[in-house]
Amino acid sequence: MTGHLVTLDQIFVVIKHWLLGFVPGALQPISSAILSVVPVVIAFPLLFAITTVLERKGLGRMQNRYGPNRAGWFGILQPMADGIKSLTKEDIVPKTADQLVHFLAPVVMVIASFLVYAVVPIGRNMVIADLNAGVLFFFAIGSMVELSVFMAGWSSHSKYSLLGAMRAIAQMISYEMPLVLASVVVIMAAGSLSTVTIVNMQAGYTGIWPHWYLFTPWGIIGFVIFMIAATAESNRCPFDMPEGESEIIAGYFIEYSGFKFALFFLAEYLGMFATSAMAITFFLGGWSAPFSFLTWIPSYFWFFAKLLTIICAFIWVRGTLPRLRMDQLMNFAWKFMLPLSLINIVGAGIWHFMPAGFTRWGVVSLLLALSCVLLSRGLRRNKWFHVRTYRFAS
Amino acid sequence: MLGEGIVKGLAETARNFFGSYVNKERLTTVQFPEERLPQIEATRDFPFLVYDGADPEPGLRCVACQICEKECPPKCIYIVKSADKKPDATGKAQFYPAQFDIDISVCMSCQICVEVCPFDAIKMDVEFEMSSEDRFGGLLLDKYKLAKSNEYYNKIHPTEAGAVDAALAEERAKAKLAAEAKAKKDAEIAAAKAAAPAAAPAPAATPAPAETPAPAVTSAVGETK
Repeated sequence: MTGHLVTLDQIFVVIKHWLLGFVPGALQPISSAILSVVPVVIAFPLLFAITTVLERKGLGRMQNRYGPNRAGWFGILQPMADGIKSLTKEDIVPKTADQLVHFLAPVVMVIASFLVYAVVPIGRNMVIADLNAGVLFFFAIGSMVELSVFMAGWSSHSKYSLLGAMRAIAQMISYEMPLVLASVVVIMAAGSLSTVTIVNMQAGYTGIWPHWYLFTPWGIIGFVIFMIAATAESNRCPFDMPEGESEIIAGYFIEYSGFKFALFFLAEYLGMFATSAMAITFFLGGWSAPFSFLTWIPSYFWFFAKLLTIICAFIWVRGTLPRLRMDQLMNFAWKFMLPLSLINIVGAGIWHFMPAGFTRWGVVSLLLALSCVLLSRGLRRNKWFHVRTYRFAS
Repeated sequence: MLGEGIVKGLAETARNFFGSYVNKERLTTVQFPEERLPQIEATRDFPFLVYDGADPEPGLRCVACQICEKECPPKCIYIVKSADKKPDATGKAQFYPAQFDIDISVCMSCQICVEVCPFDAIKMDVEFEMSSEDRFGGLLLDKYKLAKSNEYYNKIHPTEAGAVDAALAEERAKAKLAAEAKAKKDAEIAAAKAAAPAAAPAPAATPAPAETPAPAVTSAVGETK
């Protein structure tokens, strides 16, 4: 890379260090933290605003509608209108609600959603905190979302919100396991829990092809499992049982209105971006370019391009699939995803100990394909439901 | 295979997504204020009063019979009958509504007033963009706001208005003929009365010609209805 392109790639890092030069030495650690955190806290809510309008327009087009096209040019100011609307709405707290917990739930959720960005490598040398247990930190903070969901559902003192919260807990705990197990293969391959190291391991090239973990049999399976579990973790269609508009209206945040509702909405999308960012970090090489001849494009561009691609995939899936039933959801998690992710770990182990070459590819692919087919056969059985007869009904 | 249906579904939504950009026929949305669908002929929302001719004041068909006021289920019509009579479109002396108000925020668009009106004076309008910040100024319509010409009625409901016009023309022609026949008969009787007793007393003959037009008119009204 030539000098100018390196400067462009590192522009934010350079600017940060230049700004830090004006700060007295004693204040430098705290100012450094603020300078790292503020752009992230601005960039991702901005991405949230873009995503909402993208999603509404995309879903509209999938249903042969226009989507929002009134506010601003082609409806791009729609998120602003939505924001103003939710800010000016009355904040209603149910009389019987646990006031303190009811207030804390959205706050905890937003804090948890923002905290996970601390370990997301957005670009080369662009990470808020390079923790040596970054992956562990990510999953630990990610579990806080479950806590806030249950706080919201329980404190609202409403049937629907409690139902939603219980569904959310059941679903999120079930899918947390395949999510973590799918990322274990990456930790095995990289030999590190640090997200920065994981990305650096993938940033090399063979010819023009990158060393992404996606391009291995266990990487493909791991990526697919991770994305499915991430969809379930972020409560998105087709795993939106906790919200289920047609059944329990809005689920755990049914009793929230105004800006608190907007906070839940924001946190949900931030959670989705964070898990997508982690999927990019684990399997899609983080900020590294997809081909060796494209490395001159700044690293943060590649990160956000990959993130937007995954967001579009999420929207596409949301526009396509109907909501799953609770038993389908649970069967899928425990009978398919969990065994498959365990076998995937075995596959990754075999891959690690076999010499590089086509034999390795063949053996691991065969193992994973076979288990995939067998497990899906198992999933198909016992699907028959009968009309229930009640012996004492008549 | 597992996931086959998902792939099919994804292909379908992708086809819809790109198709909606290529083929405008796919988008069924009508962008309302700019684009409008033509209204079907049976469209109706609130009643209005029909007048013949150019001026609503003398041309109003309404004779303030108050049947619609009595029949209106939500009682949104308020009529004050005039004290005097004035000639209607056919030139006949009739009462007219001194005041005719319809509160369209109360009106339920049931069309009963239209069905009971014996004079085809009240019909259903198609105007719907009537939202207003002024409850009484904007939604309590007086007779000047309600009066709309027969041409307008012909424009919004052509078939119905054509039938009404034909029926009215026929009735008017019949009434005119009857009036003429009556007038002729009365004139004959009067002439006979005047001719036969040549030496008849003058006071008996004088009131007869003066009174003849009035009974002729009443009989005409009787036939029309």
